[in-house]
Amino acid sequence: MSVVEEKRYLKLSGLEPMIVSAETNFINVGERTNVAGSRKFLRLVKEEKFDEALDIARHQVEGGAQVIDINMDDGLIDGKEAMVRFLNLIMAEPDIARVPIMIDSSKWDIIEAGLQVVQGKCVVNSISLKEGEEEFIAHAKKIKRYGAAVIVMAFDEVGQADTYERRIEIAKRSYDILVDQVKFPPEDIIFDLNIFPVATGMEEHRKNAIDFIEGTRWVRENLPHCSVSGGVSNVSFSFRGNNPVREAMHSVFLYHAIKAGMNMGIVNPALLEVYDDIPKDLLEHVEDVILDRRDDATERLLDFAETVKGTKKEQTADLSWREEPLQDRITRALVKGIDQYIVEDVEEARQQADKPIEVIEGNLMTGMDVVGDLFGSGKMFLPQVVKSARVMKKAVAHLLPYIEEEKLKNPNSSAGSDNAGKVLMATVKGDVHDIGKNIVSVVLGCNNYEIVDLGVMVPPEKIIQTAIDEQVDIIGLSGLITPSLDEMVYLAKEMERKNFSVPLLIGGATTSKAHTAVKIDPEYKNAVVHVNDASRAVTVVGDLLNKKSNQKYVGDLKEEYEKFRDGFLKRTKQKDYLPIEAARKNKYAIDWSTSPIVKPNTLGIQVIEELDLHLLEEFIDWTPFFRSWDLHGKYPAILSDAVVGEQATSLFADAQELLQCVFDEQLLSAKAIFGLFEANTVADDDIAVRTDTGAYTFRTLRQQLKKHAGKPNFALADFIAPKESGVQDYMGCFCVSTGFGTQELAAAFEKEHDDYNSIMIKALADRLAEAYAEYLHKKVRTQDWGYAVDEQLSNDELIKESYTGIRPAPGYPACPDHLEKLTIWDILKVEEKIGVSLTEGLAMWPAASVSGYYFANPEARYFGLGKIKEDQLRDFAERKEIDLEVAQKWLNPNLA
Amino acid sequence: MKDLKEILEERILVLDGAMGTMLQRHKFTEEDFRGERFKDWPVPVQGNNDLLSLTQPEAIKEVHRLYFAAGADIVETNTFSGTTIAMADYEMEELVYELNYESAKIAKEVADEFTAKEPHKPRFVAGSIGPTNRTASMSPDVNDPGYRAVTFDELRIAYKLQVEALVDGGSDILLVETVFDTLNAKAALFAIEEVKEERNKDIPIMVSGTITDASGRTLSGQTAEAFLVSISHIPMLTVGFNCALGADQLTPHLEVLASKAEFGVSAHPNAGLPNAFGEYDETPEQMASQIKEYLDKSLVNIVGGCCGTTPEHIKAIADMAKNYKPRTIGAVVS
Repeated sequence: MSVVEEKRYLKLSGLEPMIVSAETNFINVGERTNVAGSRKFLRLVKEEKFDEALDIARHQVEGGAQVIDINMDDGLIDGKEAMVRFLNLIMAEPDIARVPIMIDSSKWDIIEAGLQVVQGKCVVNSISLKEGEEEFIAHAKKIKRYGAAVIVMAFDEVGQADTYERRIEIAKRSYDILVDQVKFPPEDIIFDLNIFPVATGMEEHRKNAIDFIEGTRWVRENLPHCSVSGGVSNVSFSFRGNNPVREAMHSVFLYHAIKAGMNMGIVNPALLEVYDDIPKDLLEHVEDVILDRRDDATERLLDFAETVKGTKKEQTADLSWREEPLQDRITRALVKGIDQYIVEDVEEARQQADKPIEVIEGNLMTGMDVVGDLFGSGKMFLPQVVKSARVMKKAVAHLLPYIEEEKLKNPNSSAGSDNAGKVLMATVKGDVHDIGKNIVSVVLGCNNYEIVDLGVMVPPEKIIQTAIDEQVDIIGLSGLITPSLDEMVYLAKEMERKNFSVPLLIGGATTSKAHTAVKIDPEYKNAVVHVNDASRAVTVVGDLLNKKSNQKYVGDLKEEYEKFRDGFLKRTKQKDYLPIEAARKNKYAIDWSTSPIVKPNTLGIQVIEELDLHLLEEFIDWTPFFRSWDLHGKYPAILSDAVVGEQATSLFADAQELLQCVFDEQLLSAKAIFGLFEANTVADDDIAVRTDTGAYTFRTLRQQLKKHAGKPNFALADFIAPKESGVQDYMGCFCVSTGFGTQELAAAFEKEHDDYNSIMIKALADRLAEAYAEYLHKKVRTQDWGYAVDEQLSNDELIKESYTGIRPAPGYPACPDHLEKLTIWDILKVEEKIGVSLTEGLAMWPAASVSGYYFANPEARYFGLGKIKEDQLRDFAERKEIDLEVAQKWLNPNLA
Repeated sequence: MKDLKEILEERILVLDGAMGTMLQRHKFTEEDFRGERFKDWPVPVQGNNDLLSLTQPEAIKEVHRLYFAAGADIVETNTFSGTTIAMADYEMEELVYELNYESAKIAKEVADEFTAKEPHKPRFVAGSIGPTNRTASMSPDVNDPGYRAVTFDELRIAYKLQVEALVDGGSDILLVETVFDTLNAKAALFAIEEVKEERNKDIPIMVSGTITDASGRTLSGQTAEAFLVSISHIPMLTVGFNCALGADQLTPHLEVLASKAEFGVSAHPNAGLPNAFGEYDETPEQMASQIKEYLDKSLVNIVGGCCGTTPEHIKAIADMAKNYKPRTIGAVVS
């Protein structure tokens, strides 16, 4: 058979094809869906939280993974079942299934089970000669018949290839067997030539990288049409903890390996420096090691690594940059967020410039462009950008009086700098939460957009009128509580009615792409975009305002949302629901004859006027704090995270500084009120409460989704003994706030042009409020109610909610009905006693407040209500004696 | 006699048209479907067209004859639903081997008649392998997207039985058609490869997918090129599309295959889109004028008809196709 010299490319497919041609860049394989590589994924699979596991897969695809590796090899899970189940679920998600799958397992039966459920052309990861030729051939034949490509590990009966010679020996032998005996298409063979660490101090590891690179070159030159892959992070294993060095090692390794022909692999994009940006001295030391150019390469890099590690700290003391040219100093101050010298430098620039405005348009914008580029390419993180903005604002504040003066002298000259566009930002009517909105405003401001920030609780008429008066280019709406969702829908309708054409951005914790696509997008014929991440806001706004391409972008967006909407509606419309009567029959049944019920030590209402905030410190859950700054990860692990660890540490230090200041000077004041009462459930879903002043009723809502046999339909009322049981039961309710003073402090910071600390103080106040709720709950459990006198829980266990009893909050999944807050306010007289009020949207003011119920029964648990049907809505409206329309308005997000 | 591959490089081959449309003209009753042999069968069998190969073999032969006479080079066996999975509806799983064997045998007899008459134009039989009525990549239950009504192995075993019978009965080609879920097709192809290996015999394979709507994707969500990539591990005589769309709507998807496939390309579209009564009313002339575009653009090596097409349609297509050169098949893997 004569072989014509033709090009044969590796072709894979999901719902869409992926062709690896000579022109294709390096193919990046996502590996977060690997139980061996991701603890989170392992936990989700173990707990059978496949929805969340799918989100990980989706994030990878959205983040640019071109193939996703799926591995279920863990002793504690049934790997075959998990693989099949997860792959089947992926196939139902077109946004994930569009990319090819890499089925990764050391067990053949798992690989084969995976191959049997995927329609596209997969990659099997992996086979090798480890167990001999017979098994190797048998598996390869099967793989060929299933129609998959294969990763072949450089491994044989003797062991894993760890030298150049062994790599090419095993690769050649494997290739010949596959191509000649199995007739395996050579383009479907991908070699994993084993990436091992270098600079370990062991003499025999010195050539690990160069042997891989040279092995790759040999394989690509001598074994036609095949590919070479590998897991890159292994190479820098001995420098764990020193990210600058690891990043440099990865990019140097890849630079040479790709040149040698490596065309696929697992790379963490966040742990990668741009080759050209590696400082020359570091580059030299790293290349010495990777390419094994010197006998003492490892020692030299180890020594040098120490200085690289320490660079960050020295920078604050090292003022040599002050000697650099003016523009460099300004740019550096902006990039590093150093505001110490900016007024001095800007003044120098002003004296050199013809007009003060030139300093903004020239020097400052040059620096901000660098910030924008770094942020856009993922090299700067959100807190850094907000710090940059603080420097920028200080600089501009210094220049403004001169610019005004100039204007008086030359009234005809243009008024200000050209901005990239005008963005109106507002938290909608009835809502008071603005941290996310403020961050997006700052980030957009940094990118030269003019921000018209209308603040919180903004009525729709004002948004519409301001948009017209100010001729804004984009409107951004934010909200955290569920009623805000309907406000946004209303605003979209109004914009449509008024013939608006500007794009509408939607963001905030309760918003979602699904809600935006299904409820908001259809109401407005122009662009509606869900942006829940400040770093995406810049690109989205840029795309929306790009005059050349925005028509296509908007068209694509509309189409994307329509598709998403169709898919969503298709998926959800056929859920089965029980009539409310049937759901009640399937309630969670506690045996009241044996259930332990503890009478509270102190019945009635108590107020805590002042609390030493210091006491709350140990109750703070820091993880959501980092999330509010777009830094994702669990505290404290996030502080040493490979990607965001450095930023998280720096942010945490700033937070601690401000927090200590708050403690020492008691800048915020904390107040709380709570009550414990006799209570019994009546008529299934209502809880009748008796206090000194009278009788009240809490109305709870019941799950109506049809459950599998044996699973109850929960309502909170199930956790309180019913009247007819004859057992006297109890419940409580509470409100805490640490928000008093926040607004004043934030305003003071803003006056100093310090958005960073303005956002920081709000984020901290939110954390303190949650901590106060935790603190108070503990006090109630162990003292005032006293049903858990002996409990010993760490903060971590508190966060995991491992205590007995629950404290659900109106507006959250178990009781999404905000209206019940009115009952709590009524019973406790919250506003009169501690001053926390409710807005018309039933958000609490000050924003840093938490309210809720206490349930003490050991069987009480958190659950999500899910969707409810019309029959329960009617019943609820009747019980509450409110109009159906009112009930409908408040429960709209929960109606099926 | 020249082998199929050689002939395929010389001229465009014509596949037959619809079987069902032709059988409808007979207006067979439940009794006709049952014949003598199945008069006491416990469930109704009217509509089980595959069964007619046993109970009305002359009618089936007549359809084959009409298509060959109209100019078809290849006729399909009357076995679109001939798997244990699809026959379960009629409780006829036990008859699957016989149905396929007899259908292939009947078709082969007619083909041989024509080849004997016109040795310069040999006639062939393609064993028709339908998609079954279950999908391996999709859940029939919208509330449980991870559920599957059929597994790969169940499909593979069912297809294998059909393939063995079709080959034993004398099929020259195996045609895996109306593929709406690529995973079903992969199971069929897996079974075919097993049979080929066990009998140490090469059997030409045609695979024909179905693009179900204007989105340009299969029912299981793949683009035309992804579909091609997913089945290219099997050496195929042709890959193509049939059914669901008319000739006109199929053009852009055939263009993808024609530009990317290293195999031959086939098309057997419907006679247009069904009208409000579910009938296909594109005339032979109309359809042929649409297919002319395939020929002008050199998109196909095999062309024929699916739902709603008749011997008149096939004649119009055959008369035109003989004036065209076939698409050049690039680097056919042997």
